[in-house]
Formats: sequence, C-alpha cells, structure tokens
Amino acid sequence: MSNHLLSLLIWLPVVGAIPVLLAGAGRPGLARWISLLVAVATFAASLALLPAYDAAAGTMQLTESFNWIPSLGIHYSLAVDGISVALIILTTFVQILVIVGAWEVIQNRPHQYMAAMLVLEGCMIGVFCATDALLFYVFFEAMLIPMFVIIGIWGGPRRVYATLKFFIYTFFGSIFMLIGLIYLYHKTGGSFAIADMAKVPLTLTEQSWLFFAFLLGFAIKVPMVPVHTWLPDAHVEAPTGGSVVLAAVMLKIGGYGFLRFSLPIVPDASEHYAWLIIVLSLIAVCYIGYVALVQGDMKKLVAYSSIAHMGFVTLGIFIAFMLVREANNPDAARLGMQGAMVQMISHGFISGAMFSCIGVLYDRLHSRQIKDYGGVINVMPIFAPFYVLFAMANSGLPGTSGFVGEFMVILASFSANPWIALFAAFTLIIGAAYTLWMVKRVLWGDITNPHVKELTDVNGREIFMLSAFAAGVLVFGIWPEPLVHLMDASVARLVEQLAITKV
Amino acid sequence: MPGINDILILLPEAYLTVAACVLLMLDAFLKPGQKGAVHWLSVLVLLVGAYLVVSGQPDGSVTAFGGMFVRDGVSEVLKVFSLLITAVIFIYAKPYLKERAIPFGEFYTLTIFATVGIMFLVAAGSLVTVYLGLELLTLSSYALVALNRDSRLSSEAAIKYFVLGALASGMLLYGMSMIYGATHSLDLHAIHAAIVGTEWHTLLLFGLVFVIVGIGFKLGAAPFHMWIPDVYQGSPTAVTIFIGSAQKLAAFGMAYRLLSTGMGDIAGGTSGLAPQWQLMIAVLAVLSLAIGNLVAIVQTNLKRLLAYSTISHMGYLLVGLVNAGPEGYSASMFYAVSYALTSAAAFGMILVLSRAGFECEEIDDLKGLNQRSPWFAFMMLLVMFSLAGVPPLFGFFGKLLVLKAAMDAGFLWLAIAGAVFAIIGLYYYLRVVKVMYFDQPNEGTEVRATSDAASRWVLSINAIALLVLGFAWSPLFAWCQRAFGV
Repeated sequence: MSNHLLSLLIWLPVVGAIPVLLAGAGRPGLARWISLLVAVATFAASLALLPAYDAAAGTMQLTESFNWIPSLGIHYSLAVDGISVALIILTTFVQILVIVGAWEVIQNRPHQYMAAMLVLEGCMIGVFCATDALLFYVFFEAMLIPMFVIIGIWGGPRRVYATLKFFIYTFFGSIFMLIGLIYLYHKTGGSFAIADMAKVPLTLTEQSWLFFAFLLGFAIKVPMVPVHTWLPDAHVEAPTGGSVVLAAVMLKIGGYGFLRFSLPIVPDASEHYAWLIIVLSLIAVCYIGYVALVQGDMKKLVAYSSIAHMGFVTLGIFIAFMLVREANNPDAARLGMQGAMVQMISHGFISGAMFSCIGVLYDRLHSRQIKDYGGVINVMPIFAPFYVLFAMANSGLPGTSGFVGEFMVILASFSANPWIALFAAFTLIIGAAYTLWMVKRVLWGDITNPHVKELTDVNGREIFMLSAFAAGVLVFGIWPEPLVHLMDASVARLVEQLAITKV
Repeated sequence: MPGINDILILLPEAYLTVAACVLLMLDAFLKPGQKGAVHWLSVLVLLVGAYLVVSGQPDGSVTAFGGMFVRDGVSEVLKVFSLLITAVIFIYAKPYLKERAIPFGEFYTLTIFATVGIMFLVAAGSLVTVYLGLELLTLSSYALVALNRDSRLSSEAAIKYFVLGALASGMLLYGMSMIYGATHSLDLHAIHAAIVGTEWHTLLLFGLVFVIVGIGFKLGAAPFHMWIPDVYQGSPTAVTIFIGSAQKLAAFGMAYRLLSTGMGDIAGGTSGLAPQWQLMIAVLAVLSLAIGNLVAIVQTNLKRLLAYSTISHMGYLLVGLVNAGPEGYSASMFYAVSYALTSAAAFGMILVLSRAGFECEEIDDLKGLNQRSPWFAFMMLLVMFSLAGVPPLFGFFGKLLVLKAAMDAGFLWLAIAGAVFAIIGLYYYLRVVKVMYFDQPNEGTEVRATSDAASRWVLSINAIALLVLGFAWSPLFAWCQRAFGV
C-alpha cells in the first residue's frame, strides 16, 4: 500500500471527480458531500506521508516507477522529498477549505465546479511528485484545463478575457520549456528522468538557452515581473475558490519548477543569470508593493501583494547561488533557500485566507471595492478578528508565518549584499502600509454605506474555514520548527548540488 | 502471369471491391423501407475488411504483381485505421443522410470505393499504382462532394475540387513522367536504386518538385491548400468528415511511398534526394502552420475553422516528415492516425448536433451547449484540447513526437516554429470551448444531440478514446515504429 501512496494521492481526487459529476445537477447536495469526502480522504492520505517519509535523509523517497512509453524511455515515475511533501500537504489541506468555502456559494452547477476542483487537485499533486520530466510536463499543462473552466464558468464579468489570457500566457511559457526538455532528452541519450538530465554535462551557451526556456515556463507561473500581468486579471475574475487555489498552490509550482529544473540541470547558467532574477525579484517586492498600495479592488490588492511575496521566493532561491559560489557561505545559502520554502508554504495559508475573507465579504455585498465598505467590524464582530489576523500575517508580523520566511530570506541576502537586504526589507513597510490601510478602510470607522448595516456575521461553515487557515498561519508563525525540519535535509542536498559546476 | 499468391496478397482490396458492388446491387433492389440494412451491412463490410488486413498480414514485406503492390507494416497500419475510421464515419453519417434524403447506397458504395483507393495508394510499389489509387480515391470523392444535388454550395465545392484536383493530378503525372525519363523506371525501388547509383540531374529535380506539389495538394499543405476551406464547407458534413480524416492517412502514405521509397532517405546510409526534399517539405510545413493557424482565428464557421485547422495539422505532419528517417516517418504516421481520430470526432460532433433543416455549422450555434447537454460539451472540450495539443490528451503526444523528430534531424528552428504556432492555434480552439461553456445560448437555436443512439455512443467512445489514448499511446506508437522497422 505505502508503495503506491503517491499514485493514490494523485488519482484519488481525479477518479473521485467522476461520482461527483454523476451525482449530477439534480442532487447538488450529494455532489457536495461526495466531493468533501474525497477531499478529506485525500488529505488523510497525504498525512500518511509524514510517517512514511524519512525527513532526516532528505532524499527522493516513496519511489514508484513503471515504463510508460518504453520505446522513448518515458517513465511514469514518482518520488517525493521534503519540499514536495510540504507542498502536497498544503495542497490537500487547502482543497478541503475550498470545497467547504464553495458549499452554498456556488449555486450554478456545483457538481461541475467541485469535480473540476478535484481534477485540479490531482494534477497539482502530480506536479509535486513527478520525477520524469515529461510526466511533470503533462501534469503541469493538464491543470490548466480545469482552471480554465473554473474561471470561465464561475468567474466575474470579464471572466472570458481573464481565462483566455491565463491559459494562453501559461501555455506560451511552458511550450518552450517542452522544447528545452526534448533537447535535454537528446543530450541524455534517451531519458526524460530529471535525475539523468541533472547529470548531463552542458556548455554555458547550451545552459543559457535552456535556462531561458525554463525561465519562460516558470517565471510566468510564479509570476515574476514583467510577465505577471495575467495574475491580477485571473484573480479578480476567478471565483473565490479559484483564487484561493491559484494563489495558495498554483503559484508555488513556478517556484518548485525552479528548484527541480533550473537549479540542478543548468546550475552555471543559473549562477550567471542569478543577478537578473534577483533584480526582477526586488522589482516585484518594491514596485509591485507600491502598485498594490493604490488598488481600489481588494482582490487586486491581494493579487499584487502575492506577486510581491513570491518575489521573496525567487530571491531566496537565487541568492543561494551568490552565497555558495561567490561568498562561499553555504550556511547562509541554506538559510535563504529554506526561507524561500517556508515563504511558499506560509504564503499558501495567508493568501488562501485573504482570498477567503474577501470571498466572505463579496458573498454578502457583491462588491470587492474597498470604498463600498467601512465599519464592517460593527456588524461582523466575529469576522473582523480573522481579517485583522490575516492582514497582519500578510504584512509579515512576527508571530505569524508571514514573518518567518521573509526574515530568513532577508537574513540570507544580507550575507550576500546588504543592499539587496535593504531593498528586500522594504516589503515590511510597504506590505504593512497596503494591508493595514485596507483593513482601516474596510473594517474600521463609521458605517457610511447603508448596505453594510445589513451584513450578517460569518456562519459556522465560514468560521470553520477561517479558523483552519488561522491555525496554519499561527502554528507555523510561532513554531516553524517541524516545517523547517521536514524540508531541511532536502534543502541541504539542493544547496550541495549548487556547488557542482557543469562546465 | 499473376498467380494465386498475388490475389491473396490483395485479398482485402479485392474483397472490398466485390462487397461494394454487392452493396450497390442490394441497394437497388431493396424496398425503400429496408434500406437501413445497407447501413449496417456496409459497416460490417469495413470491419471484416480490417480483419482481413490484420489476419493476412505477412511478417516483413511482400509484393504482388511484380512489385506493383507492397504489403508491409506501413500499409497495414494505414489500411486498418482508414477502414476503422470509415466504419465510424458511416455510423455518424446515418441520421444525417436519412434526414436530408441523401441516397444511402451511393454514399456507402462511393465511400468504400474511395477507401479501396486509399488502400491502393498506401500500398503502392510503383508510380502507376500511386496514380491508380489516387484517381480511384479522388474521383469517388468528387462525386461524394456533389452528392447533395440540391445544394448550390455543394455543387460549387465539387467543381472547385474537381478542377483543382485535376490540376494537381496533372502536376503529379508530369512530375512522374520526368522521373521516369530520368531513371527509366516506374518501380519505386528501381527509381531509388537509379538515383543512388548515378549522378542525379536537373530533370530528376524538376520531377521531384512536381511530385511534391501533388503531395502538397493531397495533404492540403499551404500554398496548395486553397480548395480545403471551400470543399470542407460546401460538402455534406458526412462527406467532409471522410475527406478530413481517413483521406489524411492516404496522403501520408502517398508522401511516404513517393519521397522515401522512391526518392531515398538518409537513415539507410544512401542519401538519394532526401537533402533536397527535406528543405522543401520544411518550407511547406512552416507555410501550412502559419496560414492554417492565422486564418483560422478569424473564422466564424465551424467547418471552415476545422478546415484551416487541418491545414495547420498537415504542417505538423510535414514537420515529422522532414526528419527523413524511420523515426520521423513513424512519428508522422502516429500524428496522422491521431489527427484522423480526433478530426473524425470533431466533424462527428457537427453531425450529431445537426438535424433536418438545421446545420450546426456556425461556432455561435454551440453557444451554451454545456447548459443543454453537458456530456457533449465535455466531449467537444476533449476534442478541442486534443486538437490544440494540450496534455494529457492524445493530440499532445503526436505533437511531441513530430517536434522531437524535427529536432533529431537538426531542424531546431522548425521545432521552435511548430511550438510558436501551437500557441497561436490554441486561441481558436479555446474560443470554441469558450462559446460552449461560458456563453449564454442563443434564443431560437436549440442545439440538441441527434436521437440516433448508435452515433451518440460511438461519438462518446471516439472522444473518450482521445483521453484514454493520451495515457495508453505506447502500443500504438510501438506499432507505428515496428512498421518502419525502428
């Protein structure tokens, strides 16, 4: 059984989507319960990873492999390390909350919505497990289809524009990655295994081309400046659940791709162009932070803040090169990489929570404009503390998970170059400014809009959802040790790999 | 003197020819109420034909009538799939023909004759057989296009098809005569030997160019694609589906026989004319990708959209062919099979959604399909994503293989062009999905699936197969590779 745990994690939600669809339009209640059951079962199965995975070793474990296309050397091979385990559990956890969050909110064809979400979940878990580049690519692309449908059917007024832009943008990036992968396939002499690709010697020119092919694929997914413009559109138009999954999990896949492909396969080009990524990350952190400041739409504000926070992830990953290769400081490199990982997980909770909060407000007033609110705390006294907590976490308050990752990355970048640290640290000010200003305008003050007076407070279902997010934010904020321990050995192995040059 | 062995090698073709004649007679003598029997009989005839092809398949390659016909792995795969796809097309077409009072007998007989033409073409061992198969196929197709006599669009399409087809035929024949003049042989293997053995000269090169024009026309590759949109749109959809799917297998077979068997490839160590035609094919490929994908974007008619999409798909097929080795041929053949299956489902969808007095031809007719029949909307979604080449659907793996084949041969720029145009193509496939899922249905046009259960079932199986084959394409690809001895 444990041998096929990863396959079970991938296919349980995908296959589970079939009964949800069959339950059909006539019985939405049944469809909801089945999908919740499937999501909970997947979460339970993902928790089984924790005892099965040996965190101290940090190697790829729970390997599964069978020959998928023998004549081309393509394998259906899965394995996980600490980083994947953390991301998989994040995915399954968020998925339950998404299903719960959509319970009564999605009235139009709920069974299709739930089924699409479950298929999406399976594909995302597949991305985190795949050790064969082609299998990775298949999952990487397949997840676009359910997301396309989710935004397009259940989204806002400009959903068609947003969903086409989302799909074409992300497809654009990944197809060049595919060309790069085929090129590497030749180099390895007929293997799509990522581990084999990492061993192939490549000249710096080849590495540079491959680096940019990968960069297109992953930078669009993260997203990095200047290919981030699809994200605010997709977020604003997506239904709440779509935004939550998009921010909490899908963006992580970009960062994860850098770790799995760019770092081990093209280490020298990664070092060579690390400055580029670092500069783009700093632009994301500072400039996009300012862009967030002027947004009148809450979802857009959080979407821009996501871009800024993901800037920390790419900064943490690529600063490691400077530290290992130039400053010869592997401990700091490890810290930076570790920080990037913690930031990924923590941003999953925080952004998911923020979008859920906005969803709660939107369901009641059907507006996401900050100016339509004000004095919400007077009518929603239970909701308000949650909102404040998540806003604080978003601005990186110590004691919340938002602080830990950013702090580690800033600390690491200080060892590389104090100036980088200085720019990165700006986020603490700008982030606090835009989130707190939003909180002030939404929650506090007098009620100016008569509709706000009629708002009802959160119900039990919503309290459950928000409490679960809050638990994640607080637990990892106060006691990040288990999370760090889970990923530590794997990160250490990655950092060791950075030092090995291919040229 | 042809012996019994020759006949046995040609058994499937001979059987189908006789069966088609029997069907024609049967149709003439049956009472109007009993004509439904012809339908199921002709499906059976095709399935038995496919069985004969597989069961009589020799190990390796044998020839009949002094090398005129070749029975090898390549012809086996192409024949089996053309027969199966034609059988599927018959099932889709039945309600369509019935509601429009298009005569059953002629349709089935002509289509079976065209299929025999395909089988000759893909099994050709000499220039004469190529021409024979091609004419049998195209003459039957001209008549099929004109089958709906009352439709002006149909007649116009038939004339256009006939005139341009005859022109292409002439070009091909002209090219063949030059090749004959240069090599003094009609047999493809002998031509190959003559080319490799001697210094090739200008006459041969001219012949090659004309032959490629003929192939380009048959495939519908740009710039010889002009007939495709009009013929696709004007033909009865039941005929379009045949031209758009099964015939592409024939075109691939013809290209392979003429270019590889006849003009030589690189992998065998004997280069022949391959370096010359590689570049010509690459140029045709890029033109087809560009014209097909760019012009498809502005189409509002679904059949025209699929027509331009065909042009771009033929571009991908040529991308694989550029490899000029067994790896490339097997990739292209895999692509042809996957495209034929997908395109059968795409046109099948139009057939299933059309009914008397209402052709589901405009993209806008699909508006809100998800609200009326979510199952068929989902099937169409699978078809569109497969055409666009999004994994895990079947179409993606075809693209993967042809891009890989082009890179194998050192045509990196071609692979990158293929990738770029895949993104552009994505847009119009997504637009169809958008219309089905995100738009509100038009008032007045009630798009409904046909009441014919068989065609609904087969269509569902066809579309689901695109998903299943996305995971289980290995055996099919292995079969294609075996055919070329990889």
